[in-house]
Amino acid sequence: MSSATNPETETKTDRLTLVEAVRDGLYTEMSQDDSVIVLGEDVGKNGGVFRATDGLHEEFGENRVVDTPLAEAGIVGSAIGLAMTGMKPIPEMQFMGFMYPAFDQIVSHAARLRSRSHGQYSVPMVVRAPYGGGIRAPEHHSESKEAFFVHEPGLKVVSPSTPYDAKGLLTASIRDPDPVIFLEPKLIYRAFRDDVPTESYEVPLSDAAIRREGSDISVYTWGAMTQPALIAADNLAEEKGVDVEVVDLRTLSPLDTETIVDSFKKTGRAAIVHEAPKTGGLGAEVASTIQEGALLHQEAPIKRITGFDAPMPLHSLEDYYLPQAVRIQEGILETVDF
Amino acid sequence: MSAQDEIEQQTISNTPQANAEPIRILDENGNVLPNAEVPDLSDDELLSMYEDIKLAREFDQRAISLQRQGRIATYAPMTGQEGSQVATSYALDDQDWLFPTYREHAAKYVHGVDLASILKPLRGLREGYAVPDDVNVMPEYIPIATQVPQAMGMAWGFKLQGRTDEAVLCHLGDGATSEGDFHEGLNFAGVFDVPAVFVCNNNQWAISVPRERQTASETIAQKARSYGLEGIRVDGLDPLAVYKVTRDAINKAKDPAGDELRPTFIESIQYRYGAHTTADDPSVYREENEAEEWREMDPIDRLGNYLRGEGILDDELEATIDDRIEAHIDEALGEAENAETEPEKMFEHVYDEMPARLQEQMDELNALREKYGDEEFSEVLE
Repeated sequence: MSSATNPETETKTDRLTLVEAVRDGLYTEMSQDDSVIVLGEDVGKNGGVFRATDGLHEEFGENRVVDTPLAEAGIVGSAIGLAMTGMKPIPEMQFMGFMYPAFDQIVSHAARLRSRSHGQYSVPMVVRAPYGGGIRAPEHHSESKEAFFVHEPGLKVVSPSTPYDAKGLLTASIRDPDPVIFLEPKLIYRAFRDDVPTESYEVPLSDAAIRREGSDISVYTWGAMTQPALIAADNLAEEKGVDVEVVDLRTLSPLDTETIVDSFKKTGRAAIVHEAPKTGGLGAEVASTIQEGALLHQEAPIKRITGFDAPMPLHSLEDYYLPQAVRIQEGILETVDF
Repeated sequence: MSAQDEIEQQTISNTPQANAEPIRILDENGNVLPNAEVPDLSDDELLSMYEDIKLAREFDQRAISLQRQGRIATYAPMTGQEGSQVATSYALDDQDWLFPTYREHAAKYVHGVDLASILKPLRGLREGYAVPDDVNVMPEYIPIATQVPQAMGMAWGFKLQGRTDEAVLCHLGDGATSEGDFHEGLNFAGVFDVPAVFVCNNNQWAISVPRERQTASETIAQKARSYGLEGIRVDGLDPLAVYKVTRDAINKAKDPAGDELRPTFIESIQYRYGAHTTADDPSVYREENEAEEWREMDPIDRLGNYLRGEGILDDELEATIDDRIEAHIDEALGEAENAETEPEKMFEHVYDEMPARLQEQMDELNALREKYGDEEFSEVLE
């Protein structure tokens, strides 16, 4: 990691990967706010199985970076209790595929304590979990189940796609008064580096980001799939002269309806790319949002390019399961040529 | 119940059997301990057990090396734990069912899963989970402790159907004892008095978290008492002791004496010599020399010394065994490395009948493969 200062803004930055930016986000907030603590399996002495909490145990001690027993319901349930005392717990779920024991705590309690208590109580915690496929991991280590949590009112669901956003969205999540499910796309944990400001900053949990401007079609995606979507967009620009706009939703709940609809009004065509299975996936919600907001601008059926309605396969077939640039290009062309 | 009975009952409940020193038959040099009884196994059975433990060790080393070469994906090593794994499966009858986790390669092998099938999922081929109809082994459990209530349920099914000759053996780790599923499964096992044996492979570490940070209980075995189950501690590096307690537990599960409950919870005390998986680096969180102390109790040395002392094993036979192991593993690796799968396979067996929507998705993928070629489906980021 190397530090530099941007001559225009005088901001000190580091060249960080996405997982380093998560760590930096945790470090920065923990340095400024004693109420922030991290808890989970192997987050302490081991520094996390992906090193997202590397060095934090030494820096902040075992009472703020806590190795817990192996019990996801216990981790999240106790985090809810901690949050009620004014602390800001950041429980880590080691992999999204292992979140299910904590599901009851998240959906039955964290999500609705505010509404059940008529606003008297809230649960300001951030549940972090690496998610998604593509890293040759064992079974149950590659799922993308964001739709489970998006479906639950009271939760915010966030998935960064760049190191800059990882730190900024994490900071905003920690400071948010409501529970946030913070999903980290592990395929791009170390895929590339960004200039990440050393100081703290927020990327608001309200705005989608236009990653590439275009006029022919809007491609909506998030997390790791922003990468094949951008590759597909570049290929199509070069080979077919198709001008693709790529919209990174970033915050999956609540959705940024305005950016979604405005982009579609410009292009009149849409494709949605996600790793999760097609049926009941967030793509369906985005498609409906577009139709509700801009039906009269629609020039073609809205295309979903997604994982299949089958369990995530073991790693030898995951490259067929995940949306590849070739599948995305084909889906875009089908929509543009309709 | 009379007051006298109540006092007696209380005394029995408080008997700290589950906190006793672990049951052990062989000392660290392979000598039979005073008052210990060697289980009733023939020379051939003892030799076969020894060979399987050695095979497991060799398999482990080869698998780790294959992972380093990028020929298989993340692997969970079992070195130090194979003696207990092999012995528990020797204690099963063929019709008994095994519920393994991702680390019980040797337990699966002994109960009938061939080595190539164990290697296939590590190459990303789900085909390895499918085993012949007469092999009673569940696909390995990866989400922690989820197998415990299921194993209880299968044992319950045997009991409800009067299948008195069938029992279930369920493996779990020390970390699993913190999960809710563990407690729910054990509680049900006691309430419904099912023919199940739960073996906690306490290898002292749940990735980086040591046993003493996992639970404030003095022993893991004592947790069984909360559910009315017999809890037993055994030296997990002593294959003969593990065999004996597991065999006794299986016998009790099928044919309990008097008002004895059928289920048993065994804490098999072991040590994970190596990493949690090949993706883990234990030097970050534990001292290297900790493993050395346990290696002095190594199951291969102890059983080997015992067999030599009894005149069952000599250098010549040891060399034959080693050659046979080498050839067996080579053959399995060859088969696993030559095994192939097809993208269609991920659409199969999702349901009894493939829904039309899924069929459409498979057809779309196949049309794309036809049009662009499989080379377009390599790394997602390329």
